[in-house]
Amino acid sequence: MKQDIILCGVGGQGILSIATIIGWAALKEGIYLKQAEVHGMSQRGGDVQSNLRLSDAPISSDLIAHGACDLIISLEPMEALRYVQYLNPNGWVITNTTPFVNIPNYPEMEAVNDELMKQGNVIMIDVDAIAKEVKSPRSANMVLLGAAASVLEMLKPEQLLEGITNVFASKGEAIVETNIAAFKAGYEFAQKNK
Amino acid sequence: MKSKHLLLGDEALALGALHAGLSGVWAYPGTPSTEITEFIQKSEQGRAGSVHCRWSANEKTAMEEALGMSYAGKRAMVCMKHVGMNVCADAFVNSAVTGANGGLVIVACDDPSLHSSQNEQDSRFYADFAMMPCFEPSSQQEAYEMVRCAFDYSEKNRIPVLMRMTTRMAHSRAIVETSEQLEQNEIHFPENPRQWVTLPVNARVRNDQLVKDILSFEEDACTMGQNKYIDGPDNSMGIITCGIAYNYLMENYPDGCPFPVLKLTQYPLPKKLVRKLAAECKSIMVVEEGQPLVEKLLRGVLELPIDIKGRLDGTLPRTGELNPDVLRVALGMKPLEAHAAATVTVPRPPALCQGCGHRDFYTALNNVLKNYESARVFADIGCYTLGWLAPFHAFQTCVEMGASLTMSIGAANAGVHPSVAVIGDSTFTHSGMTGLLDAVNEKANITLCISDNLTTGMTGGQDSAGTGRLEQICYGVGVDPAHVRVIVPLPKNYPDMEKVIDEEINYKGVSVIIARRECIQTAKRHAKAKAKQ
Repeated sequence: MKQDIILCGVGGQGILSIATIIGWAALKEGIYLKQAEVHGMSQRGGDVQSNLRLSDAPISSDLIAHGACDLIISLEPMEALRYVQYLNPNGWVITNTTPFVNIPNYPEMEAVNDELMKQGNVIMIDVDAIAKEVKSPRSANMVLLGAAASVLEMLKPEQLLEGITNVFASKGEAIVETNIAAFKAGYEFAQKNK
Repeated sequence: MKSKHLLLGDEALALGALHAGLSGVWAYPGTPSTEITEFIQKSEQGRAGSVHCRWSANEKTAMEEALGMSYAGKRAMVCMKHVGMNVCADAFVNSAVTGANGGLVIVACDDPSLHSSQNEQDSRFYADFAMMPCFEPSSQQEAYEMVRCAFDYSEKNRIPVLMRMTTRMAHSRAIVETSEQLEQNEIHFPENPRQWVTLPVNARVRNDQLVKDILSFEEDACTMGQNKYIDGPDNSMGIITCGIAYNYLMENYPDGCPFPVLKLTQYPLPKKLVRKLAAECKSIMVVEEGQPLVEKLLRGVLELPIDIKGRLDGTLPRTGELNPDVLRVALGMKPLEAHAAATVTVPRPPALCQGCGHRDFYTALNNVLKNYESARVFADIGCYTLGWLAPFHAFQTCVEMGASLTMSIGAANAGVHPSVAVIGDSTFTHSGMTGLLDAVNEKANITLCISDNLTTGMTGGQDSAGTGRLEQICYGVGVDPAHVRVIVPLPKNYPDMEKVIDEEINYKGVSVIIARRECIQTAKRHAKAKAKQ
């Protein structure tokens, strides 16, 4: 079994901490992983993406082919659309609904939402609102990871929670708790709205 | 003790070097190479000071410092992005003449597709030209293992080794299994002291030897086992892959490639293995990440009796990174079924951070220069290069590290006024200081603006070599202290900033304006660290 994932958003939104937690869990469970990141100039407020591949067999390419991606996890709605041509016909899009507007020609939200809905398997989730609801406003990315966990077949939610506990351990128990609350809220939302 | 780690290619290489008994790494930050040195700085050995790991002023000083450690018999490594090879080329090429004593590995991280660079030059050409062996890992695990092999090879053959990485290798994570840690070398001096003095009388002898050595390096590339000949049942084509190109090929053949494959990770080009492939196959496809080095070596100028496919005949794109999709096309496979591309997306280019001092500096500079129709601004490499984009459109040129200052001198010589140079603090100490000496010596009518954010910003906030000493450097080079002016780039200071800029443009001679305010990213980090204490 394999799952090829594109993580995306805008530079600084925190897609790499999602990747770090998945990576921690994969290493622990003995799952093969390759994860290509973007560093340097393109990070400064521009679009960023990371190809994350999980498999129970050795992985060749660091990059995902068009039509091979199983799951897009996006912290920004238009950024999710930037990569849909990589998605296979049964692939999933899990995206935040709050736009990050730092360009003058950001498209109409209605057009963005329409095009997202056309993708078939879509979970649209306002991660910022849910993070605030569970008093974890700085953990919106963990809400998104929680939502993605509902379709992330290679790793179980408990394994990802263990990843959160370990990755955030150095920042203290309170931070671990808020991130876990955010993850659980995202997971519950997705289970109800799949 | 063996253990498993999830590591970037850069980190795998760094850990491999530490485990291979590294005594020092020298580098100037540059994407995608920065994380190698950062990993060593954060390691136990780096923090304890048992491995040298401070940043150098530029790639040339880094290369020479590493050569000095190699002379003293210890294992040394130099890391840079591909264009850094141009900065250190003199030292690099001549290090093949001196040879190595302690193992010397030069790591060049190429950037095909120009993710964060101004060109996609392929560092393997440097190894070919300098008559140096070159290793090119195809996975993170290979990066870990190959750097140890490179140190051993360097010491055994008394030759520096170039390790070539590419962006996708450098910045992709995978699980790496480590092996035991070797001890560092003790100081010992070269057995061949003459060749470390490159007077022609010595260098001629060494040059003749190198020409012989390169043949034995080539023999090693055939026999050491790093280059693999993998047979396949379908002889209609043989495929040569270089470095990570192998992964993109295999991605399209999950059950094994039907064609014979020569997987290259060690150069010089192993001619015997290439000839074997050519003898057994009707055609050859060359798949290389980067420029068509191997393909050119095969093709030469004359027609060959065998058909060669690759980047030069259009089978693969002439430029840009490889990926599984371009391989599918080259192999004549149909694309996979996929969703249609979305139609509403628009580009989201990178931009200077909100609140960044470069923004305020450019605003003030633009306000002054709109009064001078003939003004030209020559800028440089760093975050502030983003000032070319909207809304600033603040300059006309950016070429390579340090060119702002020296191009402004040439333009002033041609009669341009105002001739303004914009350079960052780290780029100034990397390659600007010597140009400033030229400007002072000929009393060039230029205005040099150093946008000083007290760090090397673009690569993630590494220490900058001249922090706290920029004024003294300018005085020392000979700039009149009355025309070394410091401003603080903030919106409330626009009137003062504009007054200073205007005054210095109207001074007939060399002036330096230092616009100094800490990078907001490093300022945040410093504030956090302080709060923690």
